[in-house]
Amino acid sequence: MRDMGTAPPVAEATGVTKRFGSTVALDQAKIAVMPGETHALVGRNGAGKSTLVAILTGLAAPDEGTVSFGGRPAPRLTERNAWRRRVACVYQKSTIIPELTVAENLFLNRYDRGRGGLISWRTLRRKARELLETWSVDVDVQAAAGDLNVEQRQFVEIARALSFGARFVILDEPTAQLDAAAISRLFDRVRDLQQQGVTFLYISHHLPEIYDICGTVTVFRDARHILTAPVAGLSRAELVAAMTGEAALAGQHARGAPAPADEAVALGVERLALAGAYQDVSLQVRAGEIVGLAGAANSGRTEVAESVAGLRAADTGTVTIGGRRPHPGSVPAALAAGVGFVPQDRHHQGFVPEMSIADNGTLTIPERLGRFGFIGKAQRDELALSMIENLAIKTPGPGLPVSGLSGGNQQKVVMARALANDPRLLVLINPTAGVDVRSKEFLLGKVGEAAGSGTGVLIASDELDDLRMCDRVLVMFQGRMTAEMAGDWNDHELVAAMEGVDLDA
Amino acid sequence: MPETVVAGTAAGSAPGGRGNRGGLLGGRIRLARLRDLALVPAIIVIAIVGQIVNPVFLQTDNLINVLQTMSEMALLVLAQTLILIVKKMDLSLESTMGLAPGVAAWLVVPAGPGHGLGLLPGAWSVPVALAVGVAIGAINALFIIRFGLNGFIVTLGMLIVLRGILTGISGGQTFFQLPPSMLYLGTTQWFGMPASIWICLLLFAVAIVVLGWTSFGRSLYAIGGNIDAAKAAGIRTDRVLSIVIITGSLLAALAGLMLSGRLASVASAQGNGYIFTVFAAAVIGGVSLNGGKGTMFGAFTGILLLFMIQNVLTLAGVPAQWIQALNGSIILIALITSRITGGKAQE
Repeated sequence: MRDMGTAPPVAEATGVTKRFGSTVALDQAKIAVMPGETHALVGRNGAGKSTLVAILTGLAAPDEGTVSFGGRPAPRLTERNAWRRRVACVYQKSTIIPELTVAENLFLNRYDRGRGGLISWRTLRRKARELLETWSVDVDVQAAAGDLNVEQRQFVEIARALSFGARFVILDEPTAQLDAAAISRLFDRVRDLQQQGVTFLYISHHLPEIYDICGTVTVFRDARHILTAPVAGLSRAELVAAMTGEAALAGQHARGAPAPADEAVALGVERLALAGAYQDVSLQVRAGEIVGLAGAANSGRTEVAESVAGLRAADTGTVTIGGRRPHPGSVPAALAAGVGFVPQDRHHQGFVPEMSIADNGTLTIPERLGRFGFIGKAQRDELALSMIENLAIKTPGPGLPVSGLSGGNQQKVVMARALANDPRLLVLINPTAGVDVRSKEFLLGKVGEAAGSGTGVLIASDELDDLRMCDRVLVMFQGRMTAEMAGDWNDHELVAAMEGVDLDA
Repeated sequence: MPETVVAGTAAGSAPGGRGNRGGLLGGRIRLARLRDLALVPAIIVIAIVGQIVNPVFLQTDNLINVLQTMSEMALLVLAQTLILIVKKMDLSLESTMGLAPGVAAWLVVPAGPGHGLGLLPGAWSVPVALAVGVAIGAINALFIIRFGLNGFIVTLGMLIVLRGILTGISGGQTFFQLPPSMLYLGTTQWFGMPASIWICLLLFAVAIVVLGWTSFGRSLYAIGGNIDAAKAAGIRTDRVLSIVIITGSLLAALAGLMLSGRLASVASAQGNGYIFTVFAAAVIGGVSLNGGKGTMFGAFTGILLLFMIQNVLTLAGVPAQWIQALNGSIILIALITSRITGGKAQE
């Protein structure tokens, strides 16, 4: 495929097959990452991306096929240091040790020895400072690593990866927890490093990012390699089609007629304020209406949504749900008033990983499962089965722990729970974060269905795809409501409003 | 603490150029140091109060007495701190402290009033006791590391089993007429101070250096902080964990020898109930039950504070029957205080 004259790929996997028991995680998959490029790897959850990363980083051995770096075969699995010199991976899950300083994290287990074989902290700190300066990472090396924000943490991890000598870095969903400004800083950094000769393999669910930063894209589907192509020559529809195996769903977000203005008010928020988060927020959601609450990560949108759901208590102002005024800061009161809630971080607040789908799905409605606080197993499983069917959760049965599901299916369980008490108002925070394209469509479709049956919906998100289906979008910036847009907004306007930029200025 | 102490000297001698960051750095160091020395003011206050209550308090004899009575338990604190830093716990230390010298006494004390079997010559007592400690540690490590059982439950079981074995071999009685080698550590004076104090201080000093300035010591923090990251950094976590658990039991055996030597006997209840004070001292001293956090110096100040308070109470003439209730209250007060000063929830 490639010219014989060019340098060999920085990393190449060919004919790789990996089985876990009866599941085939990779089936004759391949990828070739050329020097100096930023190569995207996309695919729906379960496409085999994680397995490929494990094989490329030497954490797992392929059953068949070969891996090579710069044209030479990969080292043996036991030679960790040899692997670290060739490839590094910045995972979604942090690999820093929060209690230790940044300097120590950078040089963990490869300390500089001074007199008497003891660690020389001075040298260590100096080297850490030099390392961070080399890659222009502005972080105090003596800060506790646990005090860094996600962005700084990623930069530190990238610097650490490079310090091993690796010039091939895998970024696994690096933007999942970043706001727009931090994402653009990350991209600047990636471009800088690319110019300094670092090659990236970029894994993301977020397709616009791929068009933004990557030169080449490889698509995996159902454990197989589907295509590798330059990003520039691939339309978004083609890319989605390659990922889903179907023609792109055109006009996917078009919604029927917006809710009539004379519907009952599902949610009324009056002059709500919470010190340090937001001020003077007023909004209304009518039954059957979908309202977006847009804003950057620190805009206060999440806090407003959490105040509505009872996770936080506002300092002043009122929240009225379906004519009732639940006790502020009380989740049970909000539930009783008819709120269905999808929290921001499903891992953190969304579910109990070791509990079954049935238990998780019915956590909020124990009163419907039996009397006197006892839980009727049969009733629970029946409810869970209807959830699984309703939300098309891919599982062998309701007894499977949620931790065993893919990200998209986990989010479906969280959504199922939000819908379980036939809510009058659905409050969703980043409902499709870290979810594959297909599940995303599906989840948003369910939201539309709920609205169609008369539920008011509030979606707090900075994801344009989540907001597309909204009848109108309210924009928050630095804790204040700054704009309201009808359903016909364009991406430009909305992003500008979220970033606090005035397009007309 | 090592990080911060060295940081102090480094910042002091750092060449110019970084002057603009000096203030910030200095502030951070002072803060970090403060956290480590959190109990020092409390210790000073107790010393002053003690002196006011009874002028005997600050006399050398009394201070040596405090240090000697705490030396055995301090070794358990040292052992527990190592284990807590790697995010494990060992409840069985207190039983090990009784059983290790107990087995040694059982084997070497002649049959008769001393309740022994007299199977081995007296000189074997110390090696036997230490070997028993290592063996117990190895069993704990086998269960916890190799078989992946829960450390709390395993060592709780071991606590009961080991106590039961000691009661079994001693018939619930006390071994006495111990050989001279067993009495040595608890009775000898080195340079005018009991050997047990020297051993205790020396081991703490060694532990401070190992934890602060060796890659082995730092790997303990790495494992306790994030074991996956530690593995990814090439640390042989299972090996380090086993070494820590076995070392802990060995230290408990040594503490047991020191206590038996001082009391010239091994009671079947030796060490019984110590573990609660040990945990309290470690937590008061800033060691996290969640692993990865805490220093040996902090742990030492924790146990020192508890024993000083106890001593002051005794000197103040508080009835012995009330000491325990007061001890418990002091632990709670100390925890509340360190929660307020530390600012973070203790988990």
